[in-house]
Amino acid sequence: MGKIVTSGNKGKRVRSDCFITLELTESNGIDIQLESKVKVLFGDAINELLNKVLDFFEIKNAKLKIEDAGALPFVIAARAEAAIKKLIKTEKEFLLDMIDENKYQTTKDRYRFSRLYLPGNSPSLMINAGIHKPNGIILDLEDSVSVNKKSEAQLIVRNALRQVNFYGAERMVRINQIPLGLADLNYLIPHHVNLLLVPKCESADQIHQVNKRIDEIKKQHGLEYPIWLMPIIESALGVIKSFEIATSAKNIVSLAIGLEDYTADIHTKRTNEAEESFFARSMLVNAAKAANIQAIDSVFSDVGDMEALKQNVLKSKSLGFDGMGCIHPRQIKVIHENFAPDAADILKAKKIVNAFIIAEEQGLGVVSLGTKMIDPPVVKRAQTTIDLAIDMGFISKNWREEFLMEK
Amino acid sequence: MKKYDKIVTNAVGREVPTIINGEKHVPFKGVGKFRPTGRKFAPKIPTCADYPADGNKLVPSLKEALIKAGLKDGMTISSHHHFRNGDLIAVQIFDIAKELGVKDLRWYPSASFPCQEALIKYLEDGTINRIEGSMNGALGRFCSQGKMKGIGVLRSHGGRYTAVQDGDVQIDIAVIAAPTADAFGNANGVNGPAACGLLGFALADSQYADKVIVVTDNLVPFPCIPWQIHGNYVDYTVKVDVVGLPEKIISGTTKITKSPDRLLIAELTAQFCDEAGIVKDGFSYQAGAGGTALSIGNFFADMLKERKIKARFIRAGSNMYPVKMLEEGYVDYILDGQTFDLEGVRSMRENPGHVNTSPFTSYNYHSKGNFATMVDVVILGATEVDVSFNANVVTHSDGYLLHGIGGWQNCLFSKCTILPIPLFRDRIPIIKDEVTTICGPGELIDVIVTERGIAINPLRKDLIEKLKGSKLPIKTIEELKDEAEKICGKPGKPNIGSEIVAAIKWVDGTIIDVVRKVEE
Repeated sequence: MGKIVTSGNKGKRVRSDCFITLELTESNGIDIQLESKVKVLFGDAINELLNKVLDFFEIKNAKLKIEDAGALPFVIAARAEAAIKKLIKTEKEFLLDMIDENKYQTTKDRYRFSRLYLPGNSPSLMINAGIHKPNGIILDLEDSVSVNKKSEAQLIVRNALRQVNFYGAERMVRINQIPLGLADLNYLIPHHVNLLLVPKCESADQIHQVNKRIDEIKKQHGLEYPIWLMPIIESALGVIKSFEIATSAKNIVSLAIGLEDYTADIHTKRTNEAEESFFARSMLVNAAKAANIQAIDSVFSDVGDMEALKQNVLKSKSLGFDGMGCIHPRQIKVIHENFAPDAADILKAKKIVNAFIIAEEQGLGVVSLGTKMIDPPVVKRAQTTIDLAIDMGFISKNWREEFLMEK
Repeated sequence: MKKYDKIVTNAVGREVPTIINGEKHVPFKGVGKFRPTGRKFAPKIPTCADYPADGNKLVPSLKEALIKAGLKDGMTISSHHHFRNGDLIAVQIFDIAKELGVKDLRWYPSASFPCQEALIKYLEDGTINRIEGSMNGALGRFCSQGKMKGIGVLRSHGGRYTAVQDGDVQIDIAVIAAPTADAFGNANGVNGPAACGLLGFALADSQYADKVIVVTDNLVPFPCIPWQIHGNYVDYTVKVDVVGLPEKIISGTTKITKSPDRLLIAELTAQFCDEAGIVKDGFSYQAGAGGTALSIGNFFADMLKERKIKARFIRAGSNMYPVKMLEEGYVDYILDGQTFDLEGVRSMRENPGHVNTSPFTSYNYHSKGNFATMVDVVILGATEVDVSFNANVVTHSDGYLLHGIGGWQNCLFSKCTILPIPLFRDRIPIIKDEVTTICGPGELIDVIVTERGIAINPLRKDLIEKLKGSKLPIKTIEELKDEAEKICGKPGKPNIGSEIVAAIKWVDGTIIDVVRKVEE
């Protein structure tokens, strides 16, 4: 009898996932045993996919048992590949189509109010993540994946990047801590990932290592698209070195702070008031702003208390943060609404943009509002506020008509 | 006798028999097309001379009552489902029938629940010939496998009342489990240790059955007030130790959903209603049990509070959420057909604005109107919808009969019918080319709300017009179907045979579709 391996998840509460048990045999061809709650409607499709994967890895004789709880093809293929790779050594990768919807790129200065964490080995949470419209989704390979599931998660995340439509959210992956995380990059870079979170970052050198590996893989595959980095500062050393890290590479778009690890590192406890991390957060905001990049706050972990979340967001915004992480889709709306410009911000922006348009129409080189001169960066920021307000549905595209009427 | 015969194609293109269990049936002819003639069914004329002048109709046991009522082979026995999964009486009726060696009974419940799975043994041994009512869970599976001796017939709550009133179904013995009653037979659901709210589903049974037995564990001296069931219809009363388990009235689906995806669907639905101009002062809605529907009610409540307006009435299935709205003054009336939790029971007892209704007032299609048509918006579920907006609530895509119709068909007549449903469940797409079983014709279903988009029935040009320029994700139903199939793959066909195992009645008593045996 050969070695028996397994991959995936099963159990009463598991949905949209499957559990595969695989044994290579000497003869008798491929024997697939299928248990699935969607067997009547998708049994044939599941069998066909499994045969295709086995055939791709040139496996001629095997006993495979699949216990399926409605897994989508990207999950079944990843689970089968993971099981196979526990038995045979191969560089080959079974790649499903890269859907066209996922081939978009993101820009350095796009809004990053919210980014939703998704555990990398839990496909059920990935399928509908994009419909909640976070600015970004994070497929997490680090803390939410146990050590013995890392390789399974790499394949799930790779397949999700290729097959799951995230409806325009920036597609981020949190890799493992450097140097371990460098091995994750093979599964991400060729698959249109937009941004990598580099956890527990403490030096410019770690960023350089990541970028070196990214460049190698990009070159090897002839890839052109940008891949942004968001280092996560999670230690006292990281906080002290935050400006060095922020300025270590051109593709760094923001610094994020991770307070659970940070508070442990400075031997204190995380509190709701967060006084213990005031220095770290303020230091990080200043490092980021000095480097002209975004500062992103830690997650708020009480998913049931939306009022506390709101207060947390308002405080975060007042400190200078541009966004924060979230761990539940219902947090997204609260984060957006409270990081977004308020009515006073929007009114001010309307006045400035209106003054700019008038100045342009009149061929004036200088924009002025009342007796005040308006500098170009202020106009640019006001225009950004207006664009965002339109995008979030606070004002209509024709806001200026209404604005002039009211005047 | 053939179980069914004389197959024709009905107005929605489904092949249905016109003879079932030896009785004649009319095929579906289109919404509002079948015009009944003749007069309603009349029960036999009783006389006070045969009933005790002191009003004491107590007999020592249910068994004795059934014997006195003349229980014999081939009879139709009815029961109600106000205790939902806490019913204790239905199984006892057939235990007694088995003991007495009675065969071939027709069970005519207003709905069945998992607590009645024990009846499968009586369906197998021939004590029960068939169920005409809902067949949920294990009973539905048993029927789907073609194991029931007769053909099942499924009716809506309103259709059940209509069938009794019209004489399509003649009940021989009605057994009414009542939380409180007097010895004369007056009964209600609001008082007593097993209070379940109301007894509206038993109304037709009390009015039209040949013999009526009221069973209670809380016998009070005459008069039992309120008298939701009138003792004037009742033949025998029985006192038992426990009549039902009120804590099991509560089903798992009577809490606001915590699922972010369902909350999103609820939010989209509420927002759709608002943009369509439905949510306004004095409006009315029905949102039944089920986490998504309850959340929609909550979103409506938030809108009402914010705008300081109120709804005129909520059609319920009540539980703690509409009760809270009533008590906080955001709605004038709850018109309640069945209570889903004990807060609903309490409120019905305490609040004059919490009104008990029956399928007669709410749903009866053969009457001079009913209030289901007056509700501004109803929120319903479905197991499947097709590209013509036809919907299914009884079978799953694998062919198995697993749910009853409930009030679903009756509610379709509201001013706006919305089905908030996920685009796929466990890889199974909800929108199909053709539904497995048509329970409701597409012309009555106005809007499908999914987490990935909202489809408006092209017949509702007014709604399409109102939502023009909306930021809501309005799509065609075909687009939604394609989107689901792109994610899930196109499902294969289940192995459904040709043998008919159950018929689905439309609200007017015509046959809209059938359920066929699943080949395993």
